[in-house]
Formats: sequence, structure tokens, C-alpha cells
Amino acid sequence: MSTALSVRNLRLYFSTRKGVVKAVDNASFDLRKGETLAIVGESGCGKSSLARALIRLLPRNVHTYSGEVLLDGVDVMKLSEEMFRRSVRWRKISMVFQGAQNSLNPVLKVGFQVAEPLMIHFGVSKEEALAEAKRYLRLVGIHESFADRYPFELSGGMKQRAVIAMALITHPEIVILDEPTSALDVITQANIINLLKRLQSEMGLSYIFITHDIALTSELADRVAVMYAGEIVEISDAEEFYRRPRHPYAEKLMASVPTLRTDKKLEFIPGTPPSLINPPPGCRFAPRCPYAFERCLRESPPPYEYKTGSFVRCWLYHEGKR
Amino acid sequence: MGEDNVLLRVENLKMWHAMRRGLFGGVVYVRAVDGVTFSLAPGEAVSVVGESGSGKTTLGKTILRLHEPTDGKLIFKGRDITHTPEKELMWFKRETGLVQQDPYGAMPSFMTIYRILEEPLIIHKVGTKEERSEMIFKALEEVRLTPVEDFAFKYPHMLSGGQLQRVAIARALILKPSLVVADEPVSMLDASVRVEILTLMRELQEKRGISFIYITHDLSTTRYFSEWIFIMYAGHIVERARTKALLQNPLHPYTRALLAAIPDPDPENRKRFREVPPGEPPSLVNPPPGCRFAPRCPYATERCRREEPPEFEVEPDHFVKCWLYVGAR
Repeated sequence: MSTALSVRNLRLYFSTRKGVVKAVDNASFDLRKGETLAIVGESGCGKSSLARALIRLLPRNVHTYSGEVLLDGVDVMKLSEEMFRRSVRWRKISMVFQGAQNSLNPVLKVGFQVAEPLMIHFGVSKEEALAEAKRYLRLVGIHESFADRYPFELSGGMKQRAVIAMALITHPEIVILDEPTSALDVITQANIINLLKRLQSEMGLSYIFITHDIALTSELADRVAVMYAGEIVEISDAEEFYRRPRHPYAEKLMASVPTLRTDKKLEFIPGTPPSLINPPPGCRFAPRCPYAFERCLRESPPPYEYKTGSFVRCWLYHEGKR
Repeated sequence: MGEDNVLLRVENLKMWHAMRRGLFGGVVYVRAVDGVTFSLAPGEAVSVVGESGSGKTTLGKTILRLHEPTDGKLIFKGRDITHTPEKELMWFKRETGLVQQDPYGAMPSFMTIYRILEEPLIIHKVGTKEERSEMIFKALEEVRLTPVEDFAFKYPHMLSGGQLQRVAIARALILKPSLVVADEPVSMLDASVRVEILTLMRELQEKRGISFIYITHDLSTTRYFSEWIFIMYAGHIVERARTKALLQNPLHPYTRALLAAIPDPDPENRKRFREVPPGEPPSLVNPPPGCRFAPRCPYATERCRREEPPEFEVEPDHFVKCWLYVGAR
């Protein structure tokens, strides 16, 4: 499988009054064409900041924004904002934002809002864009007559479908899904996941699927990246990850997921994640890790590639203790 | 269940919210809870599971008499409290506690944790100042906010979501209630903290023999924390049973759909589509005349669309409100 996106040493730091927040620190990964890479982590681990760094929608208080993002062999980090807007954002990479179904403009018709990216970014005429919007609404399972309705006339699930149509109308190759179903009921959620699966196989899309919900990632993920305190601590294939997560944090996180079909003893992780302003000097999980030894507290572990394309940032593996 | 072993009896309970509609202000009713019946024994934990708009939150609030029921009966410790005026309900309020979803919203930001926990004691005129102080420190210790001196004089914004939810639990338990309603107590918390809070609640509930109503949309946590599961759909309890029986042998087509929609972490999930019932839950202003799930149900018959099904006890302690089970036992 060829690579859709290569990210190397991506950093995104923010300046705040209390200091520099290292929201994304040294993230590296590849996204293959047609696959889903899930990024899981708890609130504040930097997963949404990573998404924003990829699509370059940044707040004003950026302190550091560096690294490489290779798209078709071009490092798009080197592009000017204007070039990035014209050739990358929405055209190559688009995004479904968290809670987007609730940020539709209440006074504009749904069809117009779905059509808007085409008018703004591609200069398509209104008639053409609206016709295309109807086509995309049909594609996501909404009757085209809804193009002339207002958001309040749609249910939560339908709004989410409309938002997905909006993200696809510009023919992107990569779609970032940031908690695309988090505000929805389980049955509606299953519906949206079915839709995302169908669209991916029909259109050959690559997904970056960001969520805190591990059970849900298994619905889409071909590979899983786990983030903790701004760092990617593990990337594994789905087959490996759901059966045996490698990093102690991933292992404990998995043990905290309640399951419906099997009996298991639920565990939780004592303590809280470190501050991203002054993360601990060694492994960032070490203060909470039951397996931590002296070196973990002192030195930050580099990635250990346990299989081609799969790695874990943990001294246990470097030192052959696992 | 013998009468002496019932803490709370809910009979055909209805809670309709009045809503104005239209230019001339005609009143319509949202039938949030529309005929719910069950009994709760002392020390038992029940999960009420439903999607948003199913009426589960209204049910919890009505049971605590934060709403006055539209119809039906609420009997607590043998006393009918359905329409008892607010000022004669002090004893009942003392016997009950509530843990809400959003701990930040549920705590006054200008009060210290100490003051927040003292408030219910003052309202109910419990103990002297010294006795209250002792109770507060003990309560903090019980929810493991230790060292207690560190936490007692902090303000809510200085605590994490998980810590604050512990304060909410301490507050709900400080009057030693016999019934606690927890409405989505962990849905705003991270996965690894959720289990910690739910485990703590379960421990305290078992230790003190409190009856517990755990309201949630998350069916997968219920198996660990309750003896019973009630499934709500459009204002009705459509199925209720012991936790194991319900999860292993779901009977109502809606319960089955709900279970089928929930993933466990499994790499096989990505290779298949899930079976999902079409449509959405009905409006609670004008619910369909028969079974409320009938419009989406693959097994619906003419009768289902016409007549509301009664509750059938298909197995001992396993009740289902569905015509498929007429004459099943």
C-alpha cells in the first residue's frame, strides 16, 4: 500500500501565561492510502491539536510549529499560507470537526452550507455547487429535498451526515474525523460508522480518526496510534492492538474499557496525566506506570520499532524486559 | 417482592412537561415519562439505560420529587409522596441524594468544598459545628480525597473532573440517604477515571446498603455496577431484568438493536457493517398509538401499531413490554 501522508517530528507548542504548552511533541507516523489510522487518547493528550496542525488551522498563540508533513512527496509545511489554502486544505485534506453538527449556521439552508466549500475554495457557481451538494447529500443518505431545509429541521444524525457531505464535496483524499460521533446516541453512532465505512471503500478515502473511545476505534481502525501527554507512545496494527496493546499506558487504558460481551475485571489508572508545560524529564507515563524503573524516570525513551511500521516508546522493550 | 422488602414503589408513573406551542399559546405535553412501574428493594442497584430523549433523566428527577408527577404513584418507605407539598418533604429529601452529570455545573463556584458539604447538614439541622466538621472530613476520606485537609478548603475550579465528582458523591451521601440517583455520573470523564469513580460508587453503595439508580446511555458499564437493568424507550420501560439475564438474553427488539449497535474493542469490527433499525425515536408530544418502537421494529404486526403492549413476565424477574411475548409464560 502506498503512503497518503507522512508526518515526521511534528511539533505544535502554544504560548500561554503559565508557559509553553507542548501540545504535540515530536509526532511521526505514516498514513497509508485507503486505510484508517485511529488516534486515541484522553482529554488534553494533544490529539485534536495534532489534527489542527495537519490541516493548519491554528490559534494565534502558536509558539512552535515545525516538522515535516509529506503529501505526494511534497513537504507542505514549507508552503505559504496562501499556497496551503489553495492546494492542500479541503482539496487534499479535509476535516469533520468535533461537534460540527451543532455548529451549522441556523439561518442558512443545509444545501447551501454543504455547497459553500465549493463556492469559496473552487470558485464554482452557486447553481453548480448546489446541484453538487444535492448529489453529496444523496451520497450520505439524505434525501435531496433536505437541501432546502434549515438545520433545526434535521435530527442529530442527519446533521452529522450533512457535515460529512460538506467535508467530502471538495474531493479530498484524506479526511480527519475528530470525534465524529461523540454527541450521538449509540444507534445513530452505529449508523454514521456504517456510512463512513461505505464512503471509504467507495471513494478510496484515507481516514485519520480521532477519538477517546477505544471500543469505537475498532470499528474503523486498520492501525492505532496512542497519544499520551503530547506524544505518540505506540503505533500498532489493529490485529495486534486490540488483542495485545504494547505500551503500559495503552495496556491500562484497554483494561479500563468496559465490555458487553466478555467478563473481565475493570482496572483504572491511578493519578493524572502530567502538565504539558513542564512534562517529567523521562517517560511521561513513568510516574503512573506500574513497571517503571530508574531509567524511565530519567531518560525519555525513543521509539522502539517492534515490527515494520509499528513502534512503542518504552524502555521495557529497549532493554529486552518485554 | 413482599411489601416489607420494598424501599421505593413506582406505579404507572407519568411526568408530562407542559410546553406552549403556536401563535395562540396552545399547551401541548411532552410525555417524557409515560406509565412506568417498578419496585426497588433496599440495597439494590438499578441501571436505567436509554438514549437521549428517552425520559431517563426525567424519571430520575421525578423519583426524587424534583418534579411533581402528572399521574401515577410514588411510594417511599410505605408513604405516598406523589403529591406531598414541598415543605412536608424534608424527611424524604434527607433520605435521598443526587449525583449529576456535570460536576462543575453542580457545585457553587464561590464555596469551598468544606462549605459545599456542610450545606445539606445545615439545611437539615444536623449536629453541632464540631460534629459537622467531623462528618465532613469523614465523608472526604470515604471518597478518598486525601489528605482531607488539602481538599476541604479548595474551591471547585481547583479540582479535576474526577475529584469533583467524588465531592458530588460525598455530598449525595453525607446525610446517609437510603436512595441515591446518579444521572450520567461519569459521562464527562475520561475512560480511565470513569472506572475509578464507578468502582468507588459501587463500593460505598454495597458497604452502606444504599439503593442506587444509575442513569446512563452507556450499556457497557452497567454490567459491572448494578443488579438490574431497565431499558427505556420513548417514555416507557420496555424491558427490565437482572443484569446478566438482560445482557445474555435480551428480549425486546429495541434492546437487541441497542446491544447490536455497541462495539467491544475487536479488530474484526472494521470488516463488517452493523445492523441498525431504520428511523428515529418518535416524538413524545404525539407518540404512536401502539408500541412506540413499532415504526422501526422488524417484527411489528398490525396489533403492535394499534395497541400498546402490556408488560409480560417472560421469565421470573424478566419483564418485557412487547406483543411478541404474549402468552409466553
